[in-house]
Amino acid sequence: MPSLDDLKKRIVSVKSTQKITKAMKMVAAAKLKRAQDSAEKGRPYSEKMNKIILNLSENISDKENAPKLLTGTGSEKVHLCIILTSDRGLCGGFNSNIIKKAKSFFEKITKEGKTLKIITVGSKGYDQLKRLYKDKIIEKISFKESKNTNYFDAEKVGNMIIELFLKNEFDVCTIFYNKFKNVITQIPQEQQIIPLKSSEPDNSSSESNYEFEPEEDEILGNLLPKNISTQIFKAMLENSASEQGSRMSAMDNATRNAGEMVDKLTIEYNRSRQAAITKELIEIISGAESL
Amino acid sequence: MSELFNLEIVNPEKSFLSADDVKEVVVPAYEGEMGILKNHISIISFLKPGIMKIYRNNAEEKFYIEDGILEFKDDTLSILTSKVIKLDKLDKSFIDNSIQEAEKSLLKEGITDQQRFLISQKIDSLKSIGAN
Repeated sequence: MPSLDDLKKRIVSVKSTQKITKAMKMVAAAKLKRAQDSAEKGRPYSEKMNKIILNLSENISDKENAPKLLTGTGSEKVHLCIILTSDRGLCGGFNSNIIKKAKSFFEKITKEGKTLKIITVGSKGYDQLKRLYKDKIIEKISFKESKNTNYFDAEKVGNMIIELFLKNEFDVCTIFYNKFKNVITQIPQEQQIIPLKSSEPDNSSSESNYEFEPEEDEILGNLLPKNISTQIFKAMLENSASEQGSRMSAMDNATRNAGEMVDKLTIEYNRSRQAAITKELIEIISGAESL
Repeated sequence: MSELFNLEIVNPEKSFLSADDVKEVVVPAYEGEMGILKNHISIISFLKPGIMKIYRNNAEEKFYIEDGILEFKDDTLSILTSKVIKLDKLDKSFIDNSIQEAEKSLLKEGITDQQRFLISQKIDSLKSIGAN
């Protein structure tokens, strides 16, 4: 049975933890608003980009000589996986969900006897993967310094991927991130970006009678590298919204749990205080009686 | 019949401009300046660095645009660009910095002719803006 003093100390410490989690929840909520806004604002760009590329790839005349970024290298031996995670912890299952998804993908790949290469974006992903897949990680990137997700960062990652691709370092590239659905739900996603997989087989090719200037192939050749950066940027935006949402609900839970704990401890404290008083009273009374 | 069409300019970060009362847009397309009016044929094209003009409400607005893709379809013009700035918001230091940067990247080894062409286009258009 803990003494009164111990209980008091515990109550105080739980209360101060509660204050911290509450503050973190507030901060996450404020940041979430912003991140959600920019994720929503960023969507039209990537959607339009995807649409244009789809239209283009349908219209391409010379399928044989189409850019490799679209059609792939012909083999799929070496897989490159880009794992997008956060730089900070305390955000519930956010990072572990991505990692779980990625790990099952890794296992599948290795079982099929294919080579695996990993680039981690965000330090938490690296921390969780380095134990098992240290020799597979070829690069780790972290954008701790940049306050907001910006296109410039995404472009850096995109250019790195393209450079590796041009050096024939890999055949297939997949990115892993969390898609923001709402504050409570974030869905871990895997998305193949090289070669480009059209997500929906669009059968509306009849209406796409475009004029191109310059030629289709040339536009496509220029557009595809941009699309990679755009897709990564989209993933980063979705990720940052998900991170804040996930942190917010995690911290909300933590605050509530701390509240429950304070209540329980307070009851225990009061009970033992009462017990002590009763004990003292009995002692006094029995002392008086014996006189 | 009205002669107006829709225009949408999108940045990676946000929708930059969205209007439904545009009369004409002149863009620096890859193979020369291109004016677009209502009922233009569906087109996809590239933009090179230069000045984009938008005519609406009987007024002309000018923007500096660095790159982008243009799509016109069903009387809706969508422009995807990573950098677009209204001309009167450009200040001298930005122009000078960009010119310097561009000149530096021109000296880099291993750039293709196409990149060189785009960069010199950028320098030229920035210089002409700076001169005004």
